[in-house]
Amino acid sequence: MDILFSLFDGILIALQPMNLGLAVLGVVIGLFVGAMPGLGSVNGVAILLPFTFVIQGISGDATSPMIFLAAVYYGAMYGGAISSVALGIPGASTAVATTFDGRPLALQGKAHIALMAAALASFAGATVSNMMFTGFAPMLASVALDFGNPEIFALMLLAFATFAGLGGDDFPKTVFSICFGLALSAVGFDIISGEPRLIFFDIQGFSHGIRFLVLAIGIYGISEMLWTMNASRGKSSMSKVEVSFASMTNALVRFREAWRGTLIGSVIGFFVGILPAAGATPASLMAYGVTKMTSRDGDAYGKGAIDGVAAPEAANNSASTGAMLPMMTLGIPGSPTTAVLLAGMVIWGLEPGPLLFSAQPDFVWPLIGSFYISNFIAVLVNIAFIPLFLWMLRMPFSILVPLVFVLSLVGTYAAYMNMFDVWLMVLVGLGGFFMRMLDYPVAPAVLAIVLGPIAEPTLRQTLLQYETFTIFFTRPIAGPITVTAIILILLPGLRLLWRHWRAARVGTAGS
Amino acid sequence: MRRAEIITAFILGLFSVYLMWKSGEPPAWNPDAARFDNIGYDDNGAPGSGFWPFWLGVIMLGSCIWTGINWALRRTPASVSTAPFLDSYGWKMLLTVGGGLIGFLLVIEFLGFYAAMLTFLVYYIRFIGRHGWAVTLSIATAVPVVCFFFFDIAMRIVLPKGYSEPLFIPLYDIFL
Repeated sequence: MDILFSLFDGILIALQPMNLGLAVLGVVIGLFVGAMPGLGSVNGVAILLPFTFVIQGISGDATSPMIFLAAVYYGAMYGGAISSVALGIPGASTAVATTFDGRPLALQGKAHIALMAAALASFAGATVSNMMFTGFAPMLASVALDFGNPEIFALMLLAFATFAGLGGDDFPKTVFSICFGLALSAVGFDIISGEPRLIFFDIQGFSHGIRFLVLAIGIYGISEMLWTMNASRGKSSMSKVEVSFASMTNALVRFREAWRGTLIGSVIGFFVGILPAAGATPASLMAYGVTKMTSRDGDAYGKGAIDGVAAPEAANNSASTGAMLPMMTLGIPGSPTTAVLLAGMVIWGLEPGPLLFSAQPDFVWPLIGSFYISNFIAVLVNIAFIPLFLWMLRMPFSILVPLVFVLSLVGTYAAYMNMFDVWLMVLVGLGGFFMRMLDYPVAPAVLAIVLGPIAEPTLRQTLLQYETFTIFFTRPIAGPITVTAIILILLPGLRLLWRHWRAARVGTAGS
Repeated sequence: MRRAEIITAFILGLFSVYLMWKSGEPPAWNPDAARFDNIGYDDNGAPGSGFWPFWLGVIMLGSCIWTGINWALRRTPASVSTAPFLDSYGWKMLLTVGGGLIGFLLVIEFLGFYAAMLTFLVYYIRFIGRHGWAVTLSIATAVPVVCFFFFDIAMRIVLPKGYSEPLFIPLYDIFL
């Protein structure tokens, strides 16, 4: 009951005119920053951090600036889906999985349904996460601490196992794609020994590694566009979307079809989000994989399933709130964005850690209250802007394509400030087009390059610490996860055996 | 398509071997170390820097061989397809659009992002999209202007300007 009273007080403080205004402003800025390819929540929060000193100067406390930054974070997480659906470019790693079904829906003229599902699933995911955060923060923080290197690697293995199901029927090509992404993520300096490695053809540009966005924007911004142009013979393949009250109401009603993905995404998102080394990207990918795998109509995924949009969006928003938990209760940032938020808290004189809830209740509860308020504002603002985002889709294809190319190049440069990455992105895009033509699934490569930097160090540190692979099977948390992952990897083969066995039985019975 | 499938599998197989070779490279500060020393455990019992990429290369090579076997046994759609990998339209599209992108990058190196954006948009919208000059010029000028105010001014992300840099100095004086 004390928690509810504290939360109520916190919400009242978050609703004070200045804090409410900052939340609205933060959400709108975050939404547009998140929608821009190449810029994500971390860019928004980092760039706006200096402005919070002005806010602190006016408000006199640390609560208002933190409410503003949290609102930017929320807005950006909602915004990531917009470029994934409307342009087919995942603006940030957290929105990659949204592209899988969001883009096909847009191509079928159902972008309004995809955007509405993304907004409502984001709202649901963040709400579930907020409630779990409010009720169980200290207890969950201690559970998160039980996740060591073996558990994190087992979780990554589970994510890769779900990728195998994403790649289609050609299993060796899917395996190649996953390993290719993982190998590219290893380019640059080895973070454990400090040795430079895989500097291809001794080109120094590779020494800083191949970044996720280079691969993602190259594949989704360039090669997918080229593939669509080739497949559609240059004619617009985008069905026109009618922007009307009736179409928006229809989109709202269709969200009923996405309850399963929303639920799975919300729960997976929160629990993956609270793990210090994981975050919103693995959460969204796992939520997509699990939703697809447990669906009766798994073949519909990747072709425009509403659940395929809802699951990753619910998960990435849920994980964003979840990632605040280790930051506030343990002082461990779970993602680059929460690292910037943590820096802000330290600058404002707060000490994140186990004592924060008891020592700084005047800060903590208004902040948690602002999560609820920002989430509510974010869904309203997002839905209000859907007609504007749909307008982008009404552009002739011959205008939309060059705009996507321009945004892809500018977005890549803006993310890393390096022309080598821009060249590499275009070359990856052209190479990806050839791979796409030959049915090599590109999505697993993009996903693997995101998770590679987590998977490799956790595997090597585990082997260094325990000197045996059996540790992945003998630890109480890692064991079941590893076994589940192995079953999922073997599932396509087991399904094939089952079909052969059934066919043989039917044949025997017939004869 | 059938020939492209096996050629691609062969090229990717070669890349996998190259990846394995590069993974075993000794570090620059210890050139006397034997190649492939780092793909197993070191003296401290820790996996070396080449451990992860080398074994990934092995799996990739195995996948390429598997694809080759599928091709030989005609098990996949691409391995039985008689359609051309790219027809004349596809090659023409790739040359005009892909070439335009490479041209965009080259112009960035000399004239910077904003001039390159304008040039590329005019090239694409007018000459590939065949839109009128009014539409072309309005979009080709509006996009760089919006990008300048968003990236350079609002986000403080300064895009390269090449030889066109002096043209922007008065704008910086006004807006920054």
